[in-house]
Amino acid sequence: MKAVEVTGLTVTLDDGSVIANDVSFSLDTGQVMGLVGESGSGKSTVGLALLGFAKSGANITGGKVVVGGVDLLALGPKELREARKKLIGFVPQDPATALNPAMRIGTQLTEGLLGGKKENLPRIRKVLEDVGLPSDDAFLRRHPQELSGGQQQRVAIAMAVAKGPKLIVFDEPTTGLDVSTQARVLEMVAGLCCDNGMAAVFVSHDLAVVGTVGDLVTVMYAGQILETGSREEVLLSAAHPYSIALLESVPSTRQRLPLVAIPGRAPAAGAKFEGCVFADRCAFVEDRCREAAPEMVTTSTGSQARCIRVEHVLQNQKLLVKEPLHHTENKGGDRQAVLSVRNLNASYNRTQVLYDLSFDVAPGECLAVVGESGSGKTTMSRCLIGLHEEQTGDFEMDGKPLPSRLRDRPKAVKQQMQYVFQNPYGSLNPRETVATAVTVPLRHFYGERGKAARTKAQEALERVEIPWRLADRYPAELSGGQRQRVAIARALACNPSLLICDEVTSGLDVSVQASVVELLRTLQDDGLSMVFITHNLAVVRSIGDQVVVLSKGRVVESGAVESVLTDPQHPYTQGLLADTLEVDRSDAETSDLTG
Amino acid sequence: MAIETTTAIAVKAAPPRRRSRKATLAWQIGVRVLMGLVTLWCISVIVFVATQAMPGDVAKIILGPSATSEQVAQMNENLGLNQPLISQYWDWLSNVLTGNMGDSLVSGQPVSELLSERIFNSATLTVIAMVLILPLSLLVGLIAAVFRDKFVDRSYLGASLVVTATPDFVLGSLVIALFGTVVFKVLPPVSLIPPGEAPWEHPRQLIMPLAVMTVVGVTYLSRLVRVSFIDVLESEYVQLATIKGLSTRRILFRHALPNALAPSIPAASIMAAYTIAGSVVIEYLFAYPGIGSALVDSVAGHDLPMIQAIIMLMATAFFCFNQLADVLGTLNKSR
Repeated sequence: MKAVEVTGLTVTLDDGSVIANDVSFSLDTGQVMGLVGESGSGKSTVGLALLGFAKSGANITGGKVVVGGVDLLALGPKELREARKKLIGFVPQDPATALNPAMRIGTQLTEGLLGGKKENLPRIRKVLEDVGLPSDDAFLRRHPQELSGGQQQRVAIAMAVAKGPKLIVFDEPTTGLDVSTQARVLEMVAGLCCDNGMAAVFVSHDLAVVGTVGDLVTVMYAGQILETGSREEVLLSAAHPYSIALLESVPSTRQRLPLVAIPGRAPAAGAKFEGCVFADRCAFVEDRCREAAPEMVTTSTGSQARCIRVEHVLQNQKLLVKEPLHHTENKGGDRQAVLSVRNLNASYNRTQVLYDLSFDVAPGECLAVVGESGSGKTTMSRCLIGLHEEQTGDFEMDGKPLPSRLRDRPKAVKQQMQYVFQNPYGSLNPRETVATAVTVPLRHFYGERGKAARTKAQEALERVEIPWRLADRYPAELSGGQRQRVAIARALACNPSLLICDEVTSGLDVSVQASVVELLRTLQDDGLSMVFITHNLAVVRSIGDQVVVLSKGRVVESGAVESVLTDPQHPYTQGLLADTLEVDRSDAETSDLTG
Repeated sequence: MAIETTTAIAVKAAPPRRRSRKATLAWQIGVRVLMGLVTLWCISVIVFVATQAMPGDVAKIILGPSATSEQVAQMNENLGLNQPLISQYWDWLSNVLTGNMGDSLVSGQPVSELLSERIFNSATLTVIAMVLILPLSLLVGLIAAVFRDKFVDRSYLGASLVVTATPDFVLGSLVIALFGTVVFKVLPPVSLIPPGEAPWEHPRQLIMPLAVMTVVGVTYLSRLVRVSFIDVLESEYVQLATIKGLSTRRILFRHALPNALAPSIPAASIMAAYTIAGSVVIEYLFAYPGIGSALVDSVAGHDLPMIQAIIMLMATAFFCFNQLADVLGTLNKSR
């Protein structure tokens, strides 16, 4: 008997739309399944449904979840509570919000267990040691907010493991963590499942994470499983067009690949479909794809895929092997730097966070600034644009000295330097249409109004591939990727010479990230200089010409992207690179070392 | 090195709150108190000017219609009413600050003496009302949140809307008509407490004013409690608690309650401030001998020192509770 058997699991919203449709899989003891999908794919819904839980407004309307011989969905409320206490553990995405701020760690760790607090304490202490946390009473008496993010995540994992469950569901547990912490957490997860004989479902949007931790990989889209199989089957020889497309959009730290975005937009949760759910965005679509929903078929690689043309796809995808992009070195030549920064020091509430940063941005070049959270990279970008007050240092723009504070800078300089924020949900005014958002800077800098301004706005939106028919929509009606494009268009409307992008892709799905990265790359080809702040080395490889590695407010390494990422000199960069997970690729041998 | 540093970060606890932050908190509170004192001073000016601007000549009112103009002039001289306004204000303020609130124009007794019993009566009413309002709001808010969007919640929201939209005196008159005079006649329609006796010696007299104050207070406060409970019940830690298989009772009282309480506390102290202000109408309606009804009487009798003293007293109490709300809110946010 399998440890976990899920058949026909279906979750429906109150209005009748299906957000998880006929999901079936099974796991052996000790096996880890990676459940991967983009936002809205229903992966988290499935993760919660495995515990017999649906968020308010949704209901589990069908299927079986058999764990350790018990069908959870057939239990009454009291039995279900008992089953949750001993059979299944759950590790939430964000432990900072999932641990109760008003309760001590010790209470939260022991309360979910059968039996009293006293008899469970020794076991709790052992599990805390297993996850690398202190286990003394002083630690148990702490509140969650007295722990660091990594510690909170370990507490959440310990909480799930302590009951000795048959199955653990991990809901994106490493999304908020730095790469090095993530690497350690994943290692721990694999070890715990193996040692304790637990099956695990690891929900994630990150293919590299899933590829590292999962024995099996299942790809979800629009509430359905589109492909499932072993890690090698799904990631190395993907059969379903969606899996292939998803893999094509993942950037690599090893080589500068063209990223292929998936055309169109991911369907909203609960959308209704006649035929195949991916038909509208699929490169291999035929008329019969739209006629009836495809059944799961076993492919020649061994995986199972929901596609009627799967063999055709498998034979033809080989043609899609990508050529690495090559750099033209020294784009900037000896021309004067667009922006040069000397001895930038900045502090936050009188605590120094940046120490003596100096770098140049050459014309037409993209300077990538990379670092983990807390490295000061966002403070640095705010210093560049002049929003940060507590700073000293010398800036020069096109050879002319630049005041450090925004309010001291002349209007022309403000127009030359534009900023794109990390979160497009927060950086666009929700009460302004797309057209208004883009015309506001035109009016401010050039005094243009009415038709002239709208024409220019249209040009700017076309550059970011936002069709003009979206111009009168509000940000809430756009997808995350579209919003970020509008934010970029708003910056472009000012006709800047330098664009500062602060983690512009980190809130986006990989396929959307691919389209934004490709967009920025074309803008760069048009001669725009960029400072691109990110924590993601693979994105650095995709877009950067020069790179600056920040650690604890200091530049530890800088240079051309190829040399730094291929042959890092500083141990910090080496560690960062070693901890960055990579989706294994069949064509990974090629290298763009020579440029 | 990256590996070592990050493990170190992961295992090291988040640093304890820095001292500078505590200092800024004390600074913020200090600024608030200072601003509050300025506000009180502004109120004192407004109260003084407003009472001076009241129609009618004080001396004439005191002396009655038969007074000669010499007598009136003499009276104005005695009361200091013919001095410039600024110096009158200055005399009044310095007296108030030293605790001397003057004598009543009507009875000639010191204001502080006249008010002390009234203050005691009003405070008793307000304190009992608050003691009832707080737990009831919590209970009603919790029940409404748990049965969110169900029949119980909907009918509660509808009823509370009606109560909030009805002025206090209408509500009070209805209650009097229902239980005191017209329909049932089970309770005394007026709440006269004889001088020298404590209000709790007359519990039957207290029921109706308390009921009105409590209903008004609970409908206001419980809606805030309901909202903060709903926020907490939708939080991820309550979701995780459910997933852990905890009982509903434990989830509600151990996980949700402490977190839902915090944002309601500042609201509760604003509620206390409103109860004090609202007592003017209630006390007058039920003829309860508190400062509210004293204010109404003093206005009718043009008793300027009394009016000034009562309004300053109420403004100070209102201000204190508002400050308390602000400080609690700041503490809550910084936590």
